[in-house]
Amino acid sequence: MHAKIMSRSLNLKLLSAIVVFGIWEIAGRIPISYGFPTFFESMVALFSMLIDGTLLQAYMDTLRPLVVGILISAFLGIALGLWIGLSNWFDWLVSPIFIIMQAAPLAALIPLLVMVYGIGLTSKVFVVCIMAMPVIVLNTAGAVRNTPINLKEMAASFLGTDKDIILRVIIPSASPIIFSGLRLGTSAGFIGAILAELKITPTGVGDIITFSRSIADYPSMYAAIFSIILLAVCFLNLLEIIERTLFRGNVRGYVSD
Amino acid sequence: MEIAVSTRNISKTYPGNVEALRDLSLEFPRGQLTSLLGPSGCGKTTLLKIISGLLEPTSGEVEVNGKPVTGPGPDRAFVFQDFALLPWADVLRNVAFGLELRGVPVSEREDIAQQHIKNVGLDGFEKSFPHELSGGMRQRVGLARALAVESEVLLMDEPFSAVDEQTRRKFQEDLLGLVERENKTFIFVTHSIEEAVYVSDQIAILLPRPSRVHEILRPENLRTKGVSDIRRDPEYLDTVDRIWASLRSYVE
Repeated sequence: MHAKIMSRSLNLKLLSAIVVFGIWEIAGRIPISYGFPTFFESMVALFSMLIDGTLLQAYMDTLRPLVVGILISAFLGIALGLWIGLSNWFDWLVSPIFIIMQAAPLAALIPLLVMVYGIGLTSKVFVVCIMAMPVIVLNTAGAVRNTPINLKEMAASFLGTDKDIILRVIIPSASPIIFSGLRLGTSAGFIGAILAELKITPTGVGDIITFSRSIADYPSMYAAIFSIILLAVCFLNLLEIIERTLFRGNVRGYVSD
Repeated sequence: MEIAVSTRNISKTYPGNVEALRDLSLEFPRGQLTSLLGPSGCGKTTLLKIISGLLEPTSGEVEVNGKPVTGPGPDRAFVFQDFALLPWADVLRNVAFGLELRGVPVSEREDIAQQHIKNVGLDGFEKSFPHELSGGMRQRVGLARALAVESEVLLMDEPFSAVDEQTRRKFQEDLLGLVERENKTFIFVTHSIEEAVYVSDQIAILLPRPSRVHEILRPENLRTKGVSDIRRDPEYLDTVDRIWASLRSYVE
């Protein structure tokens, strides 16, 4: 029965993909705009870029700030979030920075970043971090603060040390919300990586987008956009799989109440 | 009658000057079940948490086997009203969790847990997660976890109040068997008069504002009756009536 539900949800996903791509194809054939290619044209452009290696080369450039930024955001973000959630004074000290980071209009800050850190990798990593880190930090802190008190008391009454309580109760209990923060942070990080390439220096996928637009090669431009969305979706699914294997009982929610 | 746990002149004032307990002294005989009975707000859970070491009294002291309590210890195990099971861990890990925190090696603690899972009648549910169990089964897991650490004193905070009536009756009967079999000291918080009279060797009636021990009752002959005869016994009925008479004026 489980397999049946799985295959039905897979079928629905495929169906919705076919519908979206179909509408794209039709909209491109009308055409709704001269700058809007059909789905097939875009796919042809995608495969030709895949075959001649342009895309691979571009992703080598784009993924570097993206991966570095997301790794920093994930590890530093979860660590800071834990600390904020566990200590009141650290909360007062640090939380406002991330709330401001989340609210700040990033595009306006980019010139400042470029002035300080130049146009290289550092600035781009910063952009990814500014996009990705706040939601990871704030989600983690909130989840840690809201660990059910009865579970902490239970662990304490069975002689758990502070370290035990953090590792065996607080983190697993916070993990669903930490993971949802990671997913949101990662998708924001993808936006940040592309934004950095459009606003700082055109490299990688951002370069393909800017360059193909400037020479009116719209299929390539949409192919590049499509590929980055596809990559982001695959990555988010991967995170979900990791979460499900790490914390199996958590997926179906809390039962202590 | 040997005393396993004693509390002396316990006072507890919560921040904001909320007085939960004032100058409360009580003794708990070894191998017996003592109920803390009283209306809500009389501080019975506070007292239980002070005995467990989870809360610190504002003044006064608790002794277990003559040693003063400064925090949670291996001589006491807690059974929680809302079970407090780890939702991400299966029954086996939940039951073994107390041993896990004590650093008992995996295979050893799983063997011990397995035995206690069997004793509480959850054979075959080792790999189930808490959300797959009924309320009664979840509390059996909570009980097995507390029994697995082999503490002398079992602290039970309204353990049967979140399960349905039929299950509760079964649990009360099982508890009588447990008290008889295991040489443990049970401290049992409840707000049910019938439950207290049914399961207790000694009943401490607590009254609120300010919290104090109003009366200590020791039903004499109920222990010798069979589990299904207790509720018909004149002593049972009289004791229930007597407790209600002294509590009714405190219930809004």
